[in-house]
Amino acid sequence: SSRCCAPSSAGPAMNCRAEVLEVSVEGRQVEEAMLAVLHTVLLHRSTGKFHYKKEGTYSIGTVGTQDVDCDFIDFAYVRVSSEELDRALRKAVGEFKDALRSSGSDGMGQISLEFYQKKKSRWPFSDECIPWELWTIKVNVVNLANEQERQICREKVGEKLCEKIINIVEVMNRHEYLPKMPTQSEVDNVFDTSLKDVQPYLYKISYQITDSLGTSVTTTMRRLIKDTLAL
Amino acid sequence: AMDTDLSSQDRKDLDKFIKFFALKTVQVIVQARLGEKICTRSSSSPTGSDWFNLAIKDIPEVTHEAKKALAGQLPAVGRSMCVEISLKTSEGDSMELEIWCLEMNEKCDKEIKVSYTVYNRLSLLLKSLLAITRVTPAYRLSRKQGHEYVILYRIYFGEVQLSGLGEGFQTVRVGTVGTPVGTITLSCAYRINLAFMSTRQFERTPPIMGIIIDHFVDRPYPSSSPMHPCNYRAGEDNGAVYPSVEDSQEVCTTSFSTSPPSQCVFTVTKAHFQTPPPVVTDTLKVPVMGLAFSHQLSSSRLSYQPAALGVGSADMGYPVLFAGGLNAAHPHQLIGPGKEGGVPPVPSQPAHGTQADQERMCTPLDGVHYSAATPSSSEDTETVSNSSEGKCGSPHDLLETIFIRKVGAFVNKPINQVTMANLDIPFAMFAPKNVELEDNDPMVNPPASPETESPLQGSLHSEGSSGSSTGNTHDDFVMVDFKPAFSKDDILPMDLGTFYREFQNPPQLSSLSIDIGAQSMAEDLDSLPEKLAVHEKNVKEFDAFVETLQ
Repeated sequence: SSRCCAPSSAGPAMNCRAEVLEVSVEGRQVEEAMLAVLHTVLLHRSTGKFHYKKEGTYSIGTVGTQDVDCDFIDFAYVRVSSEELDRALRKAVGEFKDALRSSGSDGMGQISLEFYQKKKSRWPFSDECIPWELWTIKVNVVNLANEQERQICREKVGEKLCEKIINIVEVMNRHEYLPKMPTQSEVDNVFDTSLKDVQPYLYKISYQITDSLGTSVTTTMRRLIKDTLAL
Repeated sequence: AMDTDLSSQDRKDLDKFIKFFALKTVQVIVQARLGEKICTRSSSSPTGSDWFNLAIKDIPEVTHEAKKALAGQLPAVGRSMCVEISLKTSEGDSMELEIWCLEMNEKCDKEIKVSYTVYNRLSLLLKSLLAITRVTPAYRLSRKQGHEYVILYRIYFGEVQLSGLGEGFQTVRVGTVGTPVGTITLSCAYRINLAFMSTRQFERTPPIMGIIIDHFVDRPYPSSSPMHPCNYRAGEDNGAVYPSVEDSQEVCTTSFSTSPPSQCVFTVTKAHFQTPPPVVTDTLKVPVMGLAFSHQLSSSRLSYQPAALGVGSADMGYPVLFAGGLNAAHPHQLIGPGKEGGVPPVPSQPAHGTQADQERMCTPLDGVHYSAATPSSSEDTETVSNSSEGKCGSPHDLLETIFIRKVGAFVNKPINQVTMANLDIPFAMFAPKNVELEDNDPMVNPPASPETESPLQGSLHSEGSSGSSTGNTHDDFVMVDFKPAFSKDDILPMDLGTFYREFQNPPQLSSLSIDIGAQSMAEDLDSLPEKLAVHEKNVKEFDAFVETLQ
């Protein structure tokens, strides 16, 4: 659903765990590296489609997976088999990459993947979005001088991404807070039910580009918690 | 551990989950070492056969081997299920690369709901396994197998044997799931000492046998189970047909309840199998196998396609007949690879010609064991696959892949030219670790599994975009900066960007400048007689020292 809801007005979000990953990549590696991380997170945060039946029971569809080889990084990762989800991520990552490139800054920025729950409010207030998990990937774009450096970079970034995948899995394995499985009337407050083959938890992606002074230059309109406090 | 708290239904369900979890674990690991990209389809309608709500194919041979190893038992304390991945060169040398261990320890979580939480966490653990199997070193090796080496697997049950991994092996934990009868842990120990491979890259002379022999120890367990190749070669004439797996006619129909957990409904039913007729047409209509079938169809690049359909065959007790579109007039004629025009030539692999007794090249998965179906079934095949979205390959590709021998993703590249140098980097500079004491070995004593907390207990403040990766002020959920798997950061702890900036323009070595070089050389030569005289004076000390060494 594209309806944007207001961030929680209750102050800093409680019970939202935040994980931060950092990578240094060459410009042409940005997209693949971001997709690898985002897809790995979403693999763990997507279920099959729910089908509600009588008496409050539901069954769950099947999630397929597929291998993706990177072209500019010596790396491969697994993603959920859902073209819609892949398109959505590619779109966000593409915007981030373009923003990084056109910022003319040192090439530093970050992209965030936030999982949230919706809490319905009465009119005239819009629904609240309460985040429960926030993944931030800090990116530093390096410029390389020659082909040999590029080859080394391919390998090193591949190794770094392996580490990130292990980090992500380690967080997932903690089995920490997950939203309660919703009833049929509540399912859209917890899951994104708009895709036809899989059902990720409600998420939003946003990014920031940092200029060389370390201040934020551009922000997308999907707000991060920090910005809420400033209002 | 008291079982009185666990209802008998829950206990039965739990045992079933663990059993199928073990089987799926093996499938994921072996499939990740086939040397090919795996692709399965999502399906919005639940099928009866997709355990843990994940589309993971069942290669019948692999299931067979796993069940043989388990012999009706389940992982328990001291009885772990291990999948050993090893590499075998074309000269017949072999080396263990990884051991994947599925273990059980005694830490019980009595409060956890079996049919709901345990099931979902097992599903999450399988997803983690899918991710982790792509990031250990053996993955990239397995993608390049085919010419100079192949990747083999072996399943055993009992005590974990890590000695074949060489010194300083690393472990990575995939995850844990607490259950009322113990905590399931899944981890991988992998060899890092692959130095011999990189010396082969750099030395143009034949490999130094001494170094290689270090790694190729005689198998200490001669009675261990046979090794199998991870990639399937349609070229051997192996007559083995795998018997139907008797008790696998259990199908998991998952039905969850959003009522309070105590009212969770989870049913595991036996599939309704009528006696299957030997034509594939009817296979498509069996509801249980229907969607499992359809997502087999969409996976195009796997040479075991016919066997993949055997996810039905294993369960239904007969080989699934595939619409080969060939020899349709002779429904029961066996089709072997190579009998069809257009099959790429199969390169010979001398290593596999000389079979050790222990190793079996099992090829039930080529066309040899599957008969062609009638033409009508090929239409059905088209229908099913066309109706699915986002397929990974066309049905046409699929029909051809039966007869194509896949020996690895990058068959055309001879191993030497491929970036074997890559292998040097992750491992060569890695300081070997001492083998951990058993007490510290996470695979023997896994760390305590986290308790299920209520969401209100964590006292977290999100700091949004601020903060660095470690050492930030987040309270309970700090990103642990443990020793990364492939990093050389012991020596130079800095991130890549800083590294490049710092070392972009190093000054030239002084010894490289000719004048200084010549000068110091002359100095060295002049001082030689002096040095020799000093050493001669001390010759007695040197002799004494040598004596102490003897």
